[in-house]
Amino acid sequence: MTRPREPGAVVLEFRDVGKTFHAGKRAVVALRQVAFTLRPGGVTGLIGPDGAGKTTVMRLAAGLLAADAGQITVLGLDVARDALAVQAAIGYMPQRFGLYEDLTVQENLDLYADLQGVSHGERAQRYRELMHMTGLAPFTTRLAARLSGGMKQKLGLACTLVRAPRLLLLDEPTVGVDPVSRRELWRIIDRLVEQEGMSVLLSTAYLDEAERCGQVVLLHQGDVLQQGAPGALSERMAGRSYQVTAAGIKPRALQQRLAAAPGAIDAVIHGDGVRWVTDQPAPEGVLPPDARVTAAAPRFEDSFIALLQTLDGGRRIEGPMAGVAAAGVKAAPAAPVIEVRRAQRRFGDFYAVRDVSFDVAQGEVFGLLGANGAGKSTTFRMLCGLLPASAGSLRVAGVDLRHAAAAARARIGYMSQKFSLYGNLTVRQNLKFFSSAYNLTGKPREARIAWALEEFDLAAQAEAVSLDLPLGYKQRLALACALMHGPGILFLDEPTSGVDPLARREFWRRINRLAESGVTVMVTTHFMEEAEYCDRLAIMAAGEILALGAPAEIKARAASAANPTPSMEEAFIALIEAQPVEAA
Amino acid sequence: MTTSAARGGWRMRLRGLIRKEFRQIVRDPSSIAIAFLMPVALLLLFGYGISLDAEEVPVALVAPQPSAASASFTSAFYGSRYFAPRPMPDMAAAEAALMAGRVDGIIRLQGNFARRLEGGGSAPVQVIVNGVDANNARMISGYVQSTWANWLAQRAQAAGGELDMPVQVEPRIWFNGEMRSRNFLVPGLIAVIMTLIGALLTALVMAREWERGTMEALMVTPVAIREILLGKLIPYFVLGTGGMLLAVGMAVFLFDVPLRGSLWVLLICSSLFLLAALGMGLLISTIARNQFVAGQVAIIATFLPAFILSGFIFDIGSMPWALRGITHLIAARYFVAILQTVFLAGDVWPVILPNALALLLMAALFFGLVRRNSRKRLE
Repeated sequence: MTRPREPGAVVLEFRDVGKTFHAGKRAVVALRQVAFTLRPGGVTGLIGPDGAGKTTVMRLAAGLLAADAGQITVLGLDVARDALAVQAAIGYMPQRFGLYEDLTVQENLDLYADLQGVSHGERAQRYRELMHMTGLAPFTTRLAARLSGGMKQKLGLACTLVRAPRLLLLDEPTVGVDPVSRRELWRIIDRLVEQEGMSVLLSTAYLDEAERCGQVVLLHQGDVLQQGAPGALSERMAGRSYQVTAAGIKPRALQQRLAAAPGAIDAVIHGDGVRWVTDQPAPEGVLPPDARVTAAAPRFEDSFIALLQTLDGGRRIEGPMAGVAAAGVKAAPAAPVIEVRRAQRRFGDFYAVRDVSFDVAQGEVFGLLGANGAGKSTTFRMLCGLLPASAGSLRVAGVDLRHAAAAARARIGYMSQKFSLYGNLTVRQNLKFFSSAYNLTGKPREARIAWALEEFDLAAQAEAVSLDLPLGYKQRLALACALMHGPGILFLDEPTSGVDPLARREFWRRINRLAESGVTVMVTTHFMEEAEYCDRLAIMAAGEILALGAPAEIKARAASAANPTPSMEEAFIALIEAQPVEAA
Repeated sequence: MTTSAARGGWRMRLRGLIRKEFRQIVRDPSSIAIAFLMPVALLLLFGYGISLDAEEVPVALVAPQPSAASASFTSAFYGSRYFAPRPMPDMAAAEAALMAGRVDGIIRLQGNFARRLEGGGSAPVQVIVNGVDANNARMISGYVQSTWANWLAQRAQAAGGELDMPVQVEPRIWFNGEMRSRNFLVPGLIAVIMTLIGALLTALVMAREWERGTMEALMVTPVAIREILLGKLIPYFVLGTGGMLLAVGMAVFLFDVPLRGSLWVLLICSSLFLLAALGMGLLISTIARNQFVAGQVAIIATFLPAFILSGFIFDIGSMPWALRGITHLIAARYFVAILQTVFLAGDVWPVILPNALALLLMAALFFGLVRRNSRKRLE
C-alpha cells in the first residue's frame, strides 16, 4: 500500500465549502462557505443543533455528497476526485450505526472486515482488541437487533474500526443512548486517540460534550460560528457565570426573575439554585434580599448561548401564560391528577414497561428521564389512552383509561416527538384544523387562533407553510396545537430533542408559565440537565423506574464521599450501575 | 494509490456481500415468503383452484313430456363432463333458477319433441345462456352444440346409417389435446413467480438498505458500486432460479403438465428473463428508496403487467392494437411465449429465438440504465 501524499499535518480541510439541497422547487442551503481544518490526533467536536449541517459536513468529508462550491481535502486527497481512496482510508459511522440487524455481532464484523479488505490473518487479533475495547465479547453470537442501544452503538463503532483508520468520522454517536454507554463510548474514543493516534471528528448536539473535545467547530444554520479549543471559548465568559441560591423563593420563580434582569444572558435551574450568566451581576431590585451569589466556572454552553443571542436578538417572556387556565384548576390539590399503579405493557414476550407506579399532582412538572428504549414513550402512550396497558391501572384527571380513554383524551394535550403537524398546511391552517378536531367553531375558534398566534409569537408566520419553518417554530406551533382546547394536562414527548439551546430555553420558560397557570405537565427527555427543570421526575431504564422524586432527592441518593454533589448525569450512572448486570 | 483493488481485492468484498445477503434471506421471513410461499400458493391456486375450462356447468333441463327420445337426448348431457344438468318441471322454475344464478343456462325441449323427431321433421331445442360472462356463454353454447351434434351422430349410427350432412368438421387439437387450461396457466405462472422474486423482492431489499441506513455505511467502505449491485444480483439470481425450478417441478410432477421441450432451453431462457427482472428491480431501487414506494412501483410496473399483459391469462392477439403495442414493452410477454412453447410444443426455434433475443435486449437495456443511474453518492 502506497501512502497518500504527505498531508502536511492536516488530516481534514474544508475550504469555503457550500452545499444546497434541492427538493422540487425548494432549495435548502445546508452549508455556506464552511472552512475549518483538523490537525492530526485528538478529537474535534462538530457542535450544533439539528439542521445546523453537521451530517452534511460528515457526508461531504466521506465523499457521499458532492460539494457545490469549495474544496475538501482528506489526508491529502481531494475528496471530489478520489472518493474511493478517501473511503479506503477513513472510518465513518453514520447516525444509525449502519448495522445489519438480522446478522449477529460476529457476522456484522466479518462483513465489514471483508469490505475493508482485512486479511484473514489479521482478523483474530483485531477482533480480540475490538471486543475487549467494546465489551461485546460475550455477545458475538447475538443478533444485532437484540442488542441494547448502547451496545449497538459500540458494535457500529467496532465495525468502523475493523481496519484502524487514520481519520474517524462519527455522526452523532451519542444521541439517544444512556449516560453509561455515552461515558463508555467517550473512553473508547479517548483510547483510540491515545493508543492508535487516530484523528476523530465527532458531531453532537450535546453541548456538554464539547468540553471533552480538544477542539470544537461551532456550526449554526450552515455557518461556522467559531473554531477553537473549548476552554478558550468558555474563558471569554469568565467572571460572568454565577450560582444564585435564595431560600425564600422557588428556583423556577428565581430563574424567571434572573432571566428577565437587564444584562442577563442565561438563567437555568441548576442544583438547588439558578445558574446565571450575566453582564451585570447585581442589578437593582432583581435579586431577593437573602440571595447568595457565588461565582461559577464558565461552561462551554455559556459562550454558545451568548453567541446565539447576539445573532438572534433574544426575546424575553415573563409571567404566567394567559388563556391556559384550564377547567379543574381549582380542584382539591391533594388528589393526584395522574395516577399510575403497577402499569405494565408487553409486546409479545418483551416488556416495554413493567410494574410502573407514580402520581403527578396538579400544576406539577413531572419528567420521565431515560435512554431510547427505556419505556418512556410507551408509558406516555398508555397515559394518553393510545395504547392499552397489559396490566395495572392508569387514571388521568380522575378517569380510568381502561373504561373512558376518550373522556380522558378530551382533557389532555399531547405533543409528540415528531410534532405531528401537517407539513403542507400553513400555520393558521394547522391551528384551524387542530381546534376543529377539538370541536371549537366560530367565534371561540377565531379567538383561540388569535391567542395562539400572539402567545407563541407566530403571527408573522401565520401564512407560512409549516414544512418550511425552522425547527424551533415548528416546536412552538406543535405546542400551540396541543393547547387549542385548553387542556388541564399536557403531555410532551421529547419536545426539545434537536432544537437549539436557545429555543430549548424559551420552550422551558413557556412550560414553566403553563405550570404556574395550573396546567399539569408531563415531559420526557434524554437531556440530563432538563431533568433539573422538573419538580419531580422518574428515571427509567429497561421498562422500570429506577428512582422517583425531586431532582435534589435523586441526586442526594447518589452522593458519596468521593463525590458529595453529583450531577444528574452522575446520579443516573450510579443508579444504572447499581442494577444487576444483564446476563449474556 | 490506495485504490480499493490494492486491498484484498473485489473477490473478498463480493463474497462478503453475497454471504450477508444469503444470511439475511434465510433469517427474514418476508423474503422466504415472497420467494417460496407465494409461488407455491400461486401454483396451487392456479393449478387446482382457477380453471378457464367450463366443466360441470349447471344447466336447467326442461322436458315437459318425457319420452324415450327426450330421455335419450338429455342423457347425452348427463353423460357429458361439461354439464351438470338439473331437471326442472317447467320453464318458470328454470327461469327463476337462472335469475338466482343457480344455473348458467336452460335447455328446453318442446312438448312434442318426440313426435316431431319421429316425424322426420325438425325438432327445435331452445338454449338460453347467461350472457353476463360473455366468454363463458360462448363456451357453454359451443358445448351444447357439440353435445347435440354427437347425439345426432350416435343416433344415425344406431339407425345403421351415416349422418347426412354436407360438410363434416372433425376438429383435432394440437399441443394441449385435452384442452386443460392448467397446461398453459401453470407454465405461464413461472413468469409471474420470477417477476416476483427478481423485481419485487430485489427492489424491496435494496430499499430496505436505504431505509435502515446500511447503504450509507456500505458506501463509505472501499466497495465499488458495481460490487454492491453484483452483491444483490447474484443471490437473487440464485433465489429466482430456485423459484423457477420449484415451479417447473410442481408443474411436471404435481399438475402433470407435459414438458415437451428440453430443460436446458428452459433454463437458458429463464436466466435471460430473470436478468431482465432483476434489472427492473434494481432500476426501481435507484428511484424508490423506501420499501413502500418500491413495493408499489414494482407491483404496478412489473408484477401486474406480467399477470395481465403477458398473454399468461389474456390472449394478446385479441387485445386492442394500442394495448397490444404496450405488451411489447413487457419482458414477461416474451417469456410467457417461450414457456408455453417449450412446455406444450417443444423446442420450436422460430418462436424461442426471437423471444429470447428480445429478453436479452431488455436485460441489457435495464442494466445499462441501472449502471448509469447508480452512483456512490447519497443524492
